[in-house]
Formats: sequence, structure tokens, C-alpha cells
Amino acid sequence: MLKMTANILRTLFSKKPTRLYPIEVRTPFEIARGKLVNEIENCNFCSICALKCPSQCISVDKKAATWTCDPFACVYCGICVEACPFKCLHQEQAQRRPAYERQILLKKGLPH
Amino acid sequence: MLKEMVPVSVDNLVKETAGLKIAGYRFVTLSCAAIDKDHFDILYHFDLGLDLKHLRLTVSGDTKIPSISPVYFAAFLVENEIQDLFGIFFEGLVIDYRGTLFLEKMIHTPFCKYTVQASQSKTNGSQPLSGSPDLKEES
Amino acid sequence: MLKTVIPFGPQHPVFPEPIHLTLTVEDEIIKQALPALGFVHRGLETLVDKSDFHQMVQVVERVCGICSMIHAMCYCQAIEEIMAIQVPQRARYLRVIWSELSRIHSHLLWLGLFADSFGFENLFMQFWKIREKVMDIHEATTGNRVIVSVNAVGGVRRDMSSEQLQWIQSQLANVKQEVARLGPTLLEDYTIKKRTVGKGIVSRDKAYELGLVGPTLRASGIAQDVRMLGYAAFNELDFEPVLGTDGDCYARSKVRFQEVFQSIDLIGQAIRKIPGGEVQVTVKGRPEGETVTRVEQPRGELLYYIKADGSKNLDRLRIRTPTFANIPALVTMLPGHWLSDVPVIVLSIDPCISCTER
Ligand code: SF4
Ligand code: SF4
Repeated sequence: MLKMTANILRTLFSKKPTRLYPIEVRTPFEIARGKLVNEIENCNFCSICALKCPSQCISVDKKAATWTCDPFACVYCGICVEACPFKCLHQEQAQRRPAYERQILLKKGLPH
Repeated sequence: MLKEMVPVSVDNLVKETAGLKIAGYRFVTLSCAAIDKDHFDILYHFDLGLDLKHLRLTVSGDTKIPSISPVYFAAFLVENEIQDLFGIFFEGLVIDYRGTLFLEKMIHTPFCKYTVQASQSKTNGSQPLSGSPDLKEES
Repeated sequence: MLKTVIPFGPQHPVFPEPIHLTLTVEDEIIKQALPALGFVHRGLETLVDKSDFHQMVQVVERVCGICSMIHAMCYCQAIEEIMAIQVPQRARYLRVIWSELSRIHSHLLWLGLFADSFGFENLFMQFWKIREKVMDIHEATTGNRVIVSVNAVGGVRRDMSSEQLQWIQSQLANVKQEVARLGPTLLEDYTIKKRTVGKGIVSRDKAYELGLVGPTLRASGIAQDVRMLGYAAFNELDFEPVLGTDGDCYARSKVRFQEVFQSIDLIGQAIRKIPGGEVQVTVKGRPEGETVTRVEQPRGELLYYIKADGSKNLDRLRIRTPTFANIPALVTMLPGHWLSDVPVIVLSIDPCISCTER
């Protein structure tokens, strides 16, 4: 009984382990691999990211100067970010929000 | 690389395995790799005090391989798996799923127009393969 | 006596993943149990034809969510062995830290599920609450929460700063304290003992003969731990395999419970000994040859057989996961027990079905 009381008191006065998720979001960690962003102005359309990506979710068209990524096939491994020779890809800290329908990330730059 | 690789044949496979069991080896697993269209390498891995020993059996696809599951009971699962994935057949399995370890038994529906017919090319007549053997893993 | 055949699974409240058991019962005593697999077979092994050997790291990570780090480590070690790559010492230590972290979180997850299998929802909640701390360490050090994606052929892709290492240690001290607080409940509670002691016994000889692996084998009293091979940096750390004696469900949960502390201790040792330097070497060329590598997963010994023919893609990749080796135990463990004990006994081998079927 005494042991139980101690337990109850501890639970009553300790911090809640859960969060009210959509209202309260934990600050992401510094190196979290979240949303993939391409700064299209620096992109050279060299297709290295498309070649290295393990889930083959990037496609690059050099002629039309487009860079397409299917964020629903992306596994957020960060291989493309490391591979890009022009350092135009990076991952934000925050994750993508859930979406109602399938989206395709299409970026159009200037043809070189 | 692979140390302690002993080539075996279909005839002395069970004898070798029994010898290993007497020597106190623990059964680890079997690996199967396709060499070409109808030749397969089957590796038997055994372990004694963290040292691996391998037996290598090279067979053609239609050979019936004697099962080692009467010696090492645990081998029945992986032999059934190879039976499912490669279409190689083992003889004398303790528990024989006959190609249905991964696939459900096919339900014959006589009134349905579109029944998938299991091909029986690699079965041995008396034991019809009830699952479809299409799931062959060949590289 | 009338015989009844009861299909158990693939959908069952206690199974996190689909496995089917065909149980033949007489009265309520099980006479025969036959497992059937194949509900989540994905054929990942054949992806070697599509992805090159660098990309396969990300594929094998997805064999199993819980031990993804260890799968990738085993794969990388195999390729490194074929190509004779010397991995930097710091990378080896980091691999130890991450793999032991995944062992802790896997065991905590299992302890929770095990409590759930005999209906102790509160204990389930407590273990999973603690596990969240370990997941946070994962995310803070690697960037991802579950599939951490830190391994690469030739080393690891992330480094840890010394502040991070200190932070991990303080977090783990916290985890250790909280897990220890749950120990008496899990191991001494009257009701839990009634459900676990003497259930699903595998004797020492039988366990060896069946080729069982991991905690299931060690609970029967056999000191077999693949970490003793000294891969990564385990040869420089000091540990003894945790052993049980009785080989029943209770012994298996006790072994896993104590392995949590062993892993925390190993991480502490690794943090104290970790050398500085590079974490990754560049890899040139293509693998050619064949090899077999083994590592210790939370569930036991994991074996990779790799055959490479010098091209971009591997020739054959074969993965033998620990649950695959432990399933034959079910066939021998279940007969003789009550139907109501089946969930506890099946969960006591820590079945990971997506691993088993790849
Ligand atoms: S690797 Fe970088 S520069 Fe090249 S196409 Fe991809 S994003 Fe553009
Ligand atoms: S993060 Fe990984 S999966 Fe996503 S686009 Fe980049 S390489 Fe592909």
C-alpha cells in the first residue's frame, strides 16, 4: 500500500510523457532529415541525385530543366543531399505534413 | 572469404550432415544461389563454437535432393522455402508444404471462368503442387 | 477425444505482424502446431538485380524496421570483407553504439508487447514510454527515428560530437533507472509468473539441436552470442552473454530484460573508449567474391550470404533472419500447452515476421 502511494504521488506530480500532437509539436532535432528542398537556381540538372537515389523517386530532365521528386516514394535517407555536387539539395528539419492526396514536387529552372 | 568449404554430392550429403551432427555442429541454414538457368548452388551452413563450416552442393534444377530434415529437424523450414522460391524439390521432408509455405493452397472454383492453373511441370506427378510455382527466384 | 483444428492468425490481437498457425487441439490442449508464412513476402532479396550495391544498403534497412541499423551493418560488413576495406576505428565504435541502441529499443518494444500478450496493458505503456527516449537519441544522432540510415559501405554517414556522446550517456542513465524500476513488476509479480514460468520449455540440448538463436537460445543456458566474434568494435569491449537456465517464457523475458542493461553498459564502455578520426572511407571498385557474415540482432544471429561477380549489382543476396531460425521451436514448444498460452509462447520467441519473409 505504501509503495503504491509513492507511485501514485510520483505519477501525479511528474511531467506528462505525451503531447497533444497537432497542437503541440516537439521542436525537431538539429540534424533531423525532414522535407527535401531543391534550390533550383543552383541546380545544374546533372542527374546525379536521380542516379544515386535508392528509391528512384527523382527524375531530372536536362533539356526542359525540370527536377521532379515524388515525396511519397522518398524514404528521406539523405543520399541525394550528400551526392549533389552543387550542394543545392538540403533537408529541412521539419517533416512533411500528412496530405490528402498524392503530390509531386516539380521544380522548373532555367535551361543551361 | 569462405573458409572450410566442403563440396558434397547428392549421394553423400546426408552422411556428411549426420557426421557433422555427431561432431556437435549446430545447424545454421541453407543458402541457395542460381548459377545459370537450371543449375543451383546450395550451401549448407553449420556452426560449432562460432566457427562456420559450409557444405556446397551443386545440382541441376530437376534433381531431387535428399532432405536433411530427418537429421536436423530445423532444416524443414528453409528447405520448404527453397522449394517455394526456386522450384527445387527435396525428398523426405519431415514437414512438406509442397510449395505452399508462402502461397495459400489454390482453391479450385469450377464455376469461375478465370481460374489460375498451377503449372505442374516440375512436380513429380504423384504430388501435385497446389500453389502456383510462378514465384521462382532466378537471376 | 474429438480433434479440432483452430486457425490462429494471421490477424490476431497479440500479433504485431501476420503469421498463421494451424493448431490441432484436443479438448483445449494443443497436439500439433504448424506455422504458415507468406503474408508479407516482398522478395527484397531479388532487388539486387535493380539496385546497385551501394543502394542495397537502403534496401536491406527495410527488411526489418526495428533492427534496420543492424541489417545494414551486416550487409556493409559483408561488402567490406569482400572488397577488403578497412573501416576507420571511430566508425566501428559508432556502429557499436547505434546497434546497441537498437537492441535496447527492440527489447523494450518486445517487453511491452510481451506484457500485452498476457493482458498487462499498463506495463506495455510503461515500457513503450521509456523506449521513446531511445528513439529520441536515434533521431538526434542520425536524423531519422526508426530506419536510421547511418551505414554506408566503408563506414558510417554521421559522426557524433562529444557533447552528444555525453548527452547519450545521461539519457541512458535515465533509461536504466526507469527500466530498473519496472524490473520487480515484470520478474516478481505473482500473476505474471503464473503466466510465464514453466511455459514453452525448450531444454538445453533441444535448443541446440533445433539451431535456435539469440535470447531464445541463451535462455536455455547456451552461451552463444555472435558478438563474441568481435565484429565492429566488440572485440575491444568487455561483456559476457546473458544466460538463463530454464528455457521457459520467464527465462526468455528475463534474459531480454537483462540484456537491456548489458547494452547500456556496452554503450558506456564504447563512449569511454571511442577514438577520434575519420568515420568513412571512400570506396572504389566493385565487389567480387562470396562471403558469409553474421552479426547479433536483438532477436539473435543474423546471417548474410553475398555472392558478387564484379558487376555493379550483386549476384545473390541471401538473408537468414533470427526469427526464421526460431520458428521451428514453435513446432516443438506448443504441443502440450493450453490454447490460452499460445499468445504468450509465440511472443516469447520475439517473432519478427517481416524479417522472416523479407
Ligand atoms: S545532383 Fe544536385 S545539381 Fe545535380 S540534378 Fe540533382 S539537385 Fe541538381
Ligand atoms: S532522400 Fe533518399 S529517397 Fe529521398 S530523394 Fe533523396 S535519395 Fe531519394
